[in-house]
Amino acid sequence: MEWYLPLIWAGVIGTAVAMYVIMDGFDLGIGILFPFARNETERDQMMRSIAPFWDGNETWLVLGGAGLFVAFPRAYAVIMPAFYLPVIVMLLALVFRGIAFEFRTVSHSKKGWSFAFVVGSTLAAFAQGVILGGMIEGIKVENGAYAGGPYDWASPFGLLCGLALIAGYGLLGATWLVMKTEGAIAVRARQQSKVFLIAVLVFMAAVSLWTPLAEPRIAERWFSLPNFYYLWPVPSVTALLALGCWYWIEKERDAPPFLAAIALFMLGYLGLVISNFPYLVPPSLTVWDTAAAPSSQIFMLVGTLLLLPFVLGYIVLVYWLFRGKVREGESYH
Amino acid sequence: MEFDPVLLARLQFAFTIIFHIIFPSFTIGLSAYIATLGVLWLRSGEERFQLLMRFWVKIFAVSFAMGVVSGIVLSYQFGTNWSRFSVATGNVLGPLLGYEVLTAFFLEATFLGVLLFGFNKVPRWLYVLSATVVAVGTMISAFWILAANSWMQTPAGHEFKDGVAYPLDWLHIVFNPSFPYRFAHMLNAAYLTTAFVVIAVGARFLIGERHIAEGRTMLRMGIGLTAILAPLQLVIGDQHGLNTLKHQPIKVAAMEAHWEGSKPADFHIFAWPDEKAGTNRYELSIPKGASLILTHKMNGLFPGLLSVAAKDRPPVATVFFAFRIMLAVGLFMIGAALLGAFFWWRGSLFETRWYLRVIAQSWWIGFVAVIAGWVVTESGRQPWIVYGVMRTADATSPVPGATIAGTLALFIVAYGIVFSFGIYYMNRLIAKGPDLGPDAAKETSEPGGISPIASTKDAGHGIV
Ligand code: HDD
Ligand code: HEM
Ligand code: HEM
Repeated sequence: MEWYLPLIWAGVIGTAVAMYVIMDGFDLGIGILFPFARNETERDQMMRSIAPFWDGNETWLVLGGAGLFVAFPRAYAVIMPAFYLPVIVMLLALVFRGIAFEFRTVSHSKKGWSFAFVVGSTLAAFAQGVILGGMIEGIKVENGAYAGGPYDWASPFGLLCGLALIAGYGLLGATWLVMKTEGAIAVRARQQSKVFLIAVLVFMAAVSLWTPLAEPRIAERWFSLPNFYYLWPVPSVTALLALGCWYWIEKERDAPPFLAAIALFMLGYLGLVISNFPYLVPPSLTVWDTAAAPSSQIFMLVGTLLLLPFVLGYIVLVYWLFRGKVREGESYH
Repeated sequence: MEFDPVLLARLQFAFTIIFHIIFPSFTIGLSAYIATLGVLWLRSGEERFQLLMRFWVKIFAVSFAMGVVSGIVLSYQFGTNWSRFSVATGNVLGPLLGYEVLTAFFLEATFLGVLLFGFNKVPRWLYVLSATVVAVGTMISAFWILAANSWMQTPAGHEFKDGVAYPLDWLHIVFNPSFPYRFAHMLNAAYLTTAFVVIAVGARFLIGERHIAEGRTMLRMGIGLTAILAPLQLVIGDQHGLNTLKHQPIKVAAMEAHWEGSKPADFHIFAWPDEKAGTNRYELSIPKGASLILTHKMNGLFPGLLSVAAKDRPPVATVFFAFRIMLAVGLFMIGAALLGAFFWWRGSLFETRWYLRVIAQSWWIGFVAVIAGWVVTESGRQPWIVYGVMRTADATSPVPGATIAGTLALFIVAYGIVFSFGIYYMNRLIAKGPDLGPDAAKETSEPGGISPIASTKDAGHGIV
């Protein structure tokens, strides 16, 4: 029991993070695409396509944070101080983009809050990428506590990951718009999807080359035998999916490009998990080192297994209630 | 420059959480009010209930958004600001927050979408049901977070090994000794706070002679509710205080600025606690009043501040004055509610101008009481973060003071902007009133064009 509980929890949190990245990914992506809309009416339509969902989407971030606190308090207590500045910048960015949904509609001039929405969404994506990059590069830990300085996260690789995540969320947002809108916005979103798709592939290649070169433990994981035989499908499937995504955009299909973009994201995520497992705080603390007391993990696991199906159920219900395309000219509210 | 990281971490946490609690105090109450209006509308079919419901939903949307974003900040601050606390208490507090996310946050956030955007998309019953679900979600959220906070005040159901808490009995952890009182007192506080906003808006409409029917409905509903809840809050608060005396006697001593436990305690209407000298200056007191309230005996004794070393005392003046502010608001609320009920009974409620004017200006008092109450609770717990077990100074993260100071400044600027605009927009929506005007017809006929926050072009020429 004690041995596999942390593994189950790693799975639960991994799922929460994946859900967050997909769901808030596309709505942060809308913010990243906001500057390219022609006017505020188009922006209304774009925002309308995510407005009923964004709050639920962001709740996965809370679940990820709370889940880490529940299941791996020692990891939570190292990661948060290590990324103090990017975490707080991300939170403040989310504050501004979150209130922009409501403030934008009640203010006389929408421009100011549209700007806040753009900056908030982009900065939040960037900060998340920086945190991810910093995790991959490793965190300095002594006696179970963070032992680095306040700016350790500021490395070229971290900044690269920040830009990569902007591109990734941009792709999710653009393919979402392809699916959920029509008219000029959908046409433009198809072009944008292609640009972001190329950018995402470039970033994926850069990260895949950089990490094994910089971190011997990652090179070892991928290129030693027999791992190599099992792992080579990961990049191959990624390439196939990218081709499929492009093809479906060309064919003007609605949902497949979005689904392909999600699958691409999940493969990239899988790649990172393969590189780093079982470390939660690379390169020193594993899921077992940081786990909460087994009785706490069980208490919460029971609740999670019982409640998560309901949660997923009503999330599906709301996506279903607001299914279909947001038409041109349909106002925000 | 030298920065004290403990002090700054506390300041930052206090600032962000005080900002946050403003919105739950309003959204917990308002969601319940909206759900009530919805049910009344379903049952009676009367237009005014529907108009009022949709009017308040617009204001709710703005407040809820601010509550959500400031709440997300808090859930990460346990780790950023209090990482050693997180390690020590994660086994106990983690699951409580986890259950809050799973049972409350997802529920609120998901059905919020229906409440804000579903009016023309879903059947009436489903719309009202969603409003009810949001209201229940906010209550469940309060349940878990207050369980967590109460455990920090009166820890139970756990054991400490090597400075880390391990759960023994989850029922004792959740229903720890101060939890029932805190939960009842806080929920009631939220309903009172909201009721006073509703009453004030109703009074504002009547004074401005607009939306008369809706204004009267709000006034009646608000006064009816507060006439019961305001006196009830005094009773709950009294019981809460007696319970605190049992578990955190030094906090109560600070609330009453009571130094010498060997003498019966006076109730100080005013005093200036001098923490260095260990006594009060400029006292204006009711002799033996505090003893009577807390022990129900004229000469009853309870521990004084001097019974513990100075380093184990909370900041007396802060706790003392915050407690008096809360009491003053509580008494004012009781007075205002009972007086309103009296005028209502006499049939002169809507004509008593001076009364309407006073309550139209009192929309903010609940918020002040809530903040003051939390300052009593939290500052009174000092110097402990988990009462009697872990000191606040041992709870911080390994983050330099300068970093915390910089981010604190960022929070102050950012929240200042958000708060000013939020208040301004809400006020404008209120000034505009429930009358959806000519574009209401257009909006309801347009498929999917629901309008929780209708365009506010003609706002601003409101009453005020
Ligand atoms: C008595 C009630 C109460 C108290 C003491 C707190 N909150 Fe809160 N919180 C709520 C009542 C609430 C709520 C009513 O459920 C909110 C307020 C407005 C809202 O949107 O939901 C909310 C929102 C909210 C959210 C956003 C949820 C979402 O995504 O929908 C988070 C993450 C937190 N809170 C976290 C906290 C933390 C970490 C607190 C303490 C340190 C805290 N809250 C104190
Ligand atoms: C929402 C209403 C709340 C308000 C307004 C509030 C207010 C405050 C204030 C003013 C402080 C600073 C006290 C001081 O340092 O003198 C503080 C500290 C703190 N509170 Fe609360 N609090 C609230 C709820 C909670 C809850 C629900 C929790 C935990 C579950 C919590 C946990 C803490 C912690 C960890 C600290 C920091 C350590 C400390 O200074 O004691 N608070 N709070
Ligand atoms: C009318 C008389 C009142 C009394 C006797 C009273 C009593 C108390 C006491 C003793 C505490 C501290 C509990 C502790 O930490 O141990 C407290 C806290 C608090 N009070 Fe009051 N209170 C009153 C009115 C109000 C009103 C009108 C409001 C708001 C509308 C309010 C809101 C709060 C809040 C939010 C807290 C902090 C949370 C808690 O510990 O429950 N109180 N009150």
